[in-house]
Amino acid sequence: MYLYSQFDEDFVRNRVAQFRGQVAKRLDGSLIEDEFKPLRLMNGLYLQLHAYMLRVAIPYGSLDSAKMRQLAMIADRWDKGYGHFTTRQNIQFNWPKLNDVPDILDALADVGMHAIQTSGNTIRNVTADHFAGAADDEIEDPRLVAELLRQWSTDHPEFQSLPRKFKIAVTGSPNDRAVVKAHDIGLRMIRNESGEPGFEVIVGGGLGRSPFIGKTMREFLPKADLLPYLEAILHIYNLHGRRDNKYKARIKILLHEEGLAIIREQVEAAFARIRPQFQTPSDELVADIARYFRKPDLPPRGTGSFEGLIAANPAFRSFTETNVANHTNPDYGIVTISLKPIGGTPGDATSDQMRVVADVAQRYGHDEIRVSHEQNLILPHVAKADIPAVYAALREAGLATANVGLISDIIACPGMDYCALATARSIPIAQEISTRFDELKLENDIGPLKIKISGCINACGHHHVGHIGILGLDRAGVENYQITLGGDGTETMSLGERAGPGFSAEDLIPALERLINTYLDLRQSRDETFLQTYRRLGTGPFKAALYPQTTEQEAA
Amino acid sequence: MTTIVKNGRFLDHDPLALSFKTLEDGKTDAALDLSSDVDPVEIWHRVRWAPALRIHFPSSADGRGFSIAQALRKAGYRGHLRAFGHVLADQYPLALRSGFDDVEISDELAARQPEHQWSDAYGRIQGGYLERLQAGVKRAA
Amino acid sequence: MTRKANHQVVTANHLLEGDAVWFTARQDWSRDIADAAVASHEEAAQALLNAASKQQDKVVGPYLAAAAIDANGNAAPAHFREAFRTRGPSNYFHGKQAAGA
Ligand code: SF4
Repeated sequence: MYLYSQFDEDFVRNRVAQFRGQVAKRLDGSLIEDEFKPLRLMNGLYLQLHAYMLRVAIPYGSLDSAKMRQLAMIADRWDKGYGHFTTRQNIQFNWPKLNDVPDILDALADVGMHAIQTSGNTIRNVTADHFAGAADDEIEDPRLVAELLRQWSTDHPEFQSLPRKFKIAVTGSPNDRAVVKAHDIGLRMIRNESGEPGFEVIVGGGLGRSPFIGKTMREFLPKADLLPYLEAILHIYNLHGRRDNKYKARIKILLHEEGLAIIREQVEAAFARIRPQFQTPSDELVADIARYFRKPDLPPRGTGSFEGLIAANPAFRSFTETNVANHTNPDYGIVTISLKPIGGTPGDATSDQMRVVADVAQRYGHDEIRVSHEQNLILPHVAKADIPAVYAALREAGLATANVGLISDIIACPGMDYCALATARSIPIAQEISTRFDELKLENDIGPLKIKISGCINACGHHHVGHIGILGLDRAGVENYQITLGGDGTETMSLGERAGPGFSAEDLIPALERLINTYLDLRQSRDETFLQTYRRLGTGPFKAALYPQTTEQEAA
Repeated sequence: MTTIVKNGRFLDHDPLALSFKTLEDGKTDAALDLSSDVDPVEIWHRVRWAPALRIHFPSSADGRGFSIAQALRKAGYRGHLRAFGHVLADQYPLALRSGFDDVEISDELAARQPEHQWSDAYGRIQGGYLERLQAGVKRAA
Repeated sequence: MTRKANHQVVTANHLLEGDAVWFTARQDWSRDIADAAVASHEEAAQALLNAASKQQDKVVGPYLAAAAIDANGNAAPAHFREAFRTRGPSNYFHGKQAAGA
């Protein structure tokens, strides 16, 4: 867990004081709203449908118990007793008042947190693999890189008013858990033939109204060149990205309109100019950051009552099957805490739940908590011998839903229940889906399935990469939901295909039931997942299930 | 009318006392005005000997001027760089850190954001992450 | 020829509280859409928006929204988005729906 140095502390405190001044200037008229808006956004403050919303950075999704408890305190003191964990590993508070925000930011600084560049046309909070430092398939811990990038991008003088937002993700393992191909820049750690570590640099991915899968700009970038190379990409983007149309302003459009070869040439030329003058961070500085990401000492623990309880308790067994992943150390497991209770709001946690997670992490989890981009929480290092106790504590707090990766583990953006840009709601759809499939008792039979819901074309719910994606639209003043099929957000990334006309909220759930039943009928075995079946058979049978009348008419 | 901000102070007259020509005038040794859409690489040979360059900021949300300044400084430009237009007091440190020497704002903005806001902002130039990463400074234990 | 009634109200978010407010005939802001001044044709709507836009020290982002007239002759939301703004989110009993409770 990275801890603030005096430098970080001073920086963040100054930034809070500066924002306090900006709020005062907005109120006394020194700043008009058009000028204030970009400034509040780069400090994480949105104005939504019913209230302001503060998005707090959880750099690369890493938290400890002190930070989590402070988030709980903020939720109680300045909000309505809960927080919403987002797909970008941040947390949002939905009800702050403008005058309270500087105080909230100070309270965050008390535990080494901030809301800097969680919004606005800036380099956003860098995301990383949520299993970092614990997964058994990892080349290197990506958080060291992510922390360096956080420092480099924070208040970078050149890049505070970009054409549009800019998202960077890093993964340290070949199994991409950070969706790197859907980011403005995705970094994949690799080794070259001589075994040196470096990055594949992927540029121009992104979902939103024109989804693109990122393209490789550099096959292999030596580690030491990372910052100047990124600086070159951002420099070219800042100068040449479109500013006339906010829907064409992301780097993916620049790449698409100019062509990868041209932009690569410009980037490499800029890199050649920047590199010689760019002082690489000193080894001491890097080593100093690195020591915070050392793996905790994990003493051999055996497995205690773990195996026995699996045999004796079916509920515990299904929890371990879905919510516990392999750790590099066989005596340990990675525990995912689902924030997707049946019928609940995806990603929400009450302040009491946050405190329970903090307690459990402190007592059993080496004081580490992660936020996943799938809006769940993760305890990366739990001894198997302790998992029964962890499970019991979580169950008590309503946090032991055994559904990670299953149909009710839904990603949903806030949609029109909160978001000012939304065209339809997404939360109630998620609630209905999880409630319905729980009633049918089909969840475990269906197996791995990712449903992702966005409340508008901006695609914050990543619907394009859901095995089943749902996009909420406004059709003549009524909420309408469009289904996409076959998306995939992992290293085998693909964008879902639109199935056909949208459904009303009432017709949507029965349509999904038909879709799932078709899968269950057509799969070759229980081991063939929805996505595999879809890839084997194509859209045909699934479209027929979604639109039985049309298909009959066509046949007639 | 405009106000020049230098070292966190409003100046009552422009110390440069130069008349700015446009790029199209074709003078390579005069002070030049640059719009925010110039490509610093393309114009380099035409601006490198100019005693001063005034880079336009059409809106406080348009950050191209910061990149233009950075590119010119990295290319070795040693003349005077002035940020001209809609630059807010809160952006003043960014301008200075990007290589500008001073800022020229409208009197309307100067009235709304009086001198003390610029002097406050001037006090925030230090303490940037980028400078620290590049300086290789060792962190106190 | 009768034109379809084109009722509009001006709405915004309160600068300090952030919640939805509506512009009234007294050139003031109310948290209840029923208090909103209703413009019935385009010129009146623009005039209302111009007047409201002068109050950026109180609100953020004033805009015209289509409105209906309810049985009591008061303004009411005409679109589901505007209806949500008079109530609050559907997943929790928070926002305006809870204020009266
Ligand atoms: S997808 Fe649209 S509705 Fe959902 S959070 Fe993003 S902008 Fe808002």
